Amino acid sequence: MSDLLIALATLPLWASLGCLLWPRLADLLSPLVALALVGCSLLLLDAIAATPVILHHLGGWGGDLGISLRADALSALLLALGTVVTLAATLFARRYFTDDQVRYRFWPLWWLLNGAINALLLSADLFNLYVTLELLGLSAAALCTLGKDKPQALRAALRYLLLGLIGSLLYLTGVALVYAEYGTLAIPSLAQQIQASPASLTALLLLSSGLLIKCALLPLHIWLPAAHSSAPAPVSAVLSALVVKVTFYLLLRLWFELFTAVITPAFATLIGTMGATAVIWGSWRALMSTRLKLMAAYSTVSQMGYLFLFVPILLALPDHDSRALAFGALVLFALNHGIAKAALFLAIGIIQQRLGHDQVDRINGVARQLPVTLFAVALAGSALVGLPPSGAFLAKWTLISASLVTAQWWWLLVAVIGTLLAAAYLVRVLGAAFAPAEPPPPTGKQLLSGELPALLLAAMATLGLGLGAAPIWSLLAPTGLGNIL
Amino acid sequence: MTPSVLLPLLILASSLIPGLIIFTLKEERQRLRSLLNLSGAIVKVALVGWLIWGVYQEQVFETRWALAPGLDLVLHADALSVLFVSLSTLLWLVTTIYAIGYLQHSPDRSRFFGFFSLCVTATVGLAMAGNLFTFVIFYELLTLATYPLVAHKGTPEAIRGARLYLAYTLAGGVLLLVGAVWLRTLAGPLDFSQGGILGDIPGLDQDSLRWIFLLLIAGLGVKAALFPLHGWLPQAMVAPAPVSALLHAVAVVKAGAFGIVRVVYDVYGVEFAAELEVLTPLGVIAAFTILYGSVKAMSQDQLKKRLAYSTVSQVSYIALGTAILGPLATIGGVVHLVHQGIMKITLFFAAGNYAETLGVHRVSEMNGIGRRMPATTLAFSVAALGMIGLPPVAGFISKWYLGLGALEAGQGAWIIPVLLASSVLNAAYFMPILYRAWFLPPNAWPCENDTRYAGETLPSLQWPPVVTASLALLVGLFAASPYSPLEWAQLIASREYRQ
Repeated sequence: MSDLLIALATLPLWASLGCLLWPRLADLLSPLVALALVGCSLLLLDAIAATPVILHHLGGWGGDLGISLRADALSALLLALGTVVTLAATLFARRYFTDDQVRYRFWPLWWLLNGAINALLLSADLFNLYVTLELLGLSAAALCTLGKDKPQALRAALRYLLLGLIGSLLYLTGVALVYAEYGTLAIPSLAQQIQASPASLTALLLLSSGLLIKCALLPLHIWLPAAHSSAPAPVSAVLSALVVKVTFYLLLRLWFELFTAVITPAFATLIGTMGATAVIWGSWRALMSTRLKLMAAYSTVSQMGYLFLFVPILLALPDHDSRALAFGALVLFALNHGIAKAALFLAIGIIQQRLGHDQVDRINGVARQLPVTLFAVALAGSALVGLPPSGAFLAKWTLISASLVTAQWWWLLVAVIGTLLAAAYLVRVLGAAFAPAEPPPPTGKQLLSGELPALLLAAMATLGLGLGAAPIWSLLAPTGLGNIL
Repeated sequence: MTPSVLLPLLILASSLIPGLIIFTLKEERQRLRSLLNLSGAIVKVALVGWLIWGVYQEQVFETRWALAPGLDLVLHADALSVLFVSLSTLLWLVTTIYAIGYLQHSPDRSRFFGFFSLCVTATVGLAMAGNLFTFVIFYELLTLATYPLVAHKGTPEAIRGARLYLAYTLAGGVLLLVGAVWLRTLAGPLDFSQGGILGDIPGLDQDSLRWIFLLLIAGLGVKAALFPLHGWLPQAMVAPAPVSALLHAVAVVKAGAFGIVRVVYDVYGVEFAAELEVLTPLGVIAAFTILYGSVKAMSQDQLKKRLAYSTVSQVSYIALGTAILGPLATIGGVVHLVHQGIMKITLFFAAGNYAETLGVHRVSEMNGIGRRMPATTLAFSVAALGMIGLPPVAGFISKWYLGLGALEAGQGAWIIPVLLASSVLNAAYFMPILYRAWFLPPNAWPCENDTRYAGETLPSLQWPPVVTASLALLVGLFAASPYSPLEWAQLIASREYRQ
């Protein structure tokens, strides 16, 4: 089982090296690696069902000295999300890049980014996490520069890089403070030690604010719309689906495993309020966007907001069972968004390549030109809105239910308004695509295999996660989330 | 898997699978598409026949699938679901035949029939939903599956109509969702049961229950076109005629009305709802909608718009019957679910025939149309007379039981005048049409399309209204015989009351 952890953490790095050394083989190598990683993550899920926590000390160095890899249900589920999305985006990317020069630069960075994601999810040490965060930020910003519209992409990537670095520095300061106070950075031993103290509170605030920038929680989101909307389609998909999500994962670990003693209801309410603002503002800006990719990017801002809404609710829930239910819903929401948003970005990528633009007002005729892709947009959109039978529907049902149980009905209101706004931006796109084009566009051949990754992902979010979500709760049941469950 | 678990799934699959295959078909594969459609519809009729027989024998059909801890997707067939399932299934078959003829030369048929099948799947799922959670899921799916149908033509009006439809129904869906979640947190899993579930649970806060009732009825009232939530329905008439039939008779409006029946009888329990004093407001709104829809219908010159307002009015009979405490009113309301469907689908088929064959869209263009298209117009006339409530057409039975029920509940003083006034108004907007059609000399038709056919129009357009009109006559004439909708409604009423 340790082999699975090692494979997941190192295989992408080998792939990155391989793609750098033999660029011509990258197109062949990448799908194989992606497929192998999906296999590993599924095997890991299977293993986790039997052994709730899997730990491996690299090189046999135990304790706080060596690098250790650790997986539990939460990280295994996110790893599965990551590998599945990466597989779809990899298959998509093979056909997407036509310029060889771009392609040669793309693949090594792509696998570096993927390696960072996996390593982050497997790390159990605050400093190792810092290293993976830096790797993540650098490779992501570098991938952003590959966008078609050069000056704009470079500007967005630079801003992304800069804010990411500020975030990392804040995080690193927090790590230093924790080390000074407790003398260790290993999460399992820290979880036993952290007490409420001014130093802990400062450390929490530093760590959180650093990560919140990377998570793009309003008002720290300013870098996201530009970066996610100017990157190439497969990169946008992974940025929105995975990169922001794994930083949120880290926040979850910090808040609910390490700093449980430090977190006050006021802090949770603050986070919830920021999340609520993100839900409304993000959906509103998505509705107002004139470009499809910008709309999808703002939708990410809003969807991330929902995840933060869960924080005050989780803390306020009275008993273990209802917390476990709400936590499962939170994970389900994250998985749903990851898959659906990746599908949406890939589908938009097809529309953009076909039409040469992604202006919402000028996509009339797409319903007849690219029916499969539009179907994928509609499916992914329904999953983002939270219409049944998507995973988000179950998650929202639980969110609304929990906010009623804890008598915090204002979160319910936020969820409802956000849902209606999301439905509005979806309808705006679908309505525009259904409008007939004058003169009728050529219904040339679109290779189905190019459209398939988006469609399959979208179907997975709407049907797979909706009808097959029950195992998520049973997987999470033994470990839950550290100190609160 | 035993048949009792499998049957509800098979009934869903019989329209879902053809629908999914149809999506992938090329435009030109007309034969294969029609074959898939029709065989799906016929298989569904056969399966539903099995279901009717089983439920009559008090067999239990139930499929359960856990989506999340404490949230089960439940399909369960009881007498009320069977009534709605058989209505939808039968009318789907007829509408499919009609639609194949109607859309013969129009583009995007694979898309159309794909969504058409999804729409019926959602309706049947909603009819068999075994708890409020499952109901909400299919209710939203129905919204999604219908939107592309309303937008089908792609004209600016169609897209506007579809957008309005979606705005109304999604907002309604959210209200329903919040109501359902709230009730779930108070009262547990909410599996529908005859006689209601809330009356048996002690210690529920009555005010919360009233608010929840308001949320649920408001959410359902959007699809059921209760005043003031009916605004989408007249605008959605831009859709092709088979879609109108679907909206008004088979699926959407019916789903709302069916939901109201479910919530009142099988969640709250009609007796408990009466105790909470939520029935009278519902009855008043329903009565007002009945009159309002009729008054609005009178001033419409566009035939389909007049029919749409007529639906607004007629569907509220179901809500009215639900809101009156007493088995006779229940029978009247429930049986109207079927009767209104059969009659209204006839009217829309006929309207579609006029538009498709002669280009007639307005009442003022209908002079003498009875001579040009006698079969269609005869069907139209039968259905219109039924809507007015003339015996022996089906509509009479519904109104008769509603009136008896009102008397039984001691509310005759205001409900009987509403019923009478509504009948007069119905006559006032239907009789002029019939007079024009049969007794005025014909003008030139706006645009005569198909003169190649021997009959008045295409056979696949001509026969569906004739069949449904005959059905409306038959269920009225043979209301007292076994397996008639009336008898089935009596069975339901006998199971819903505890005393």
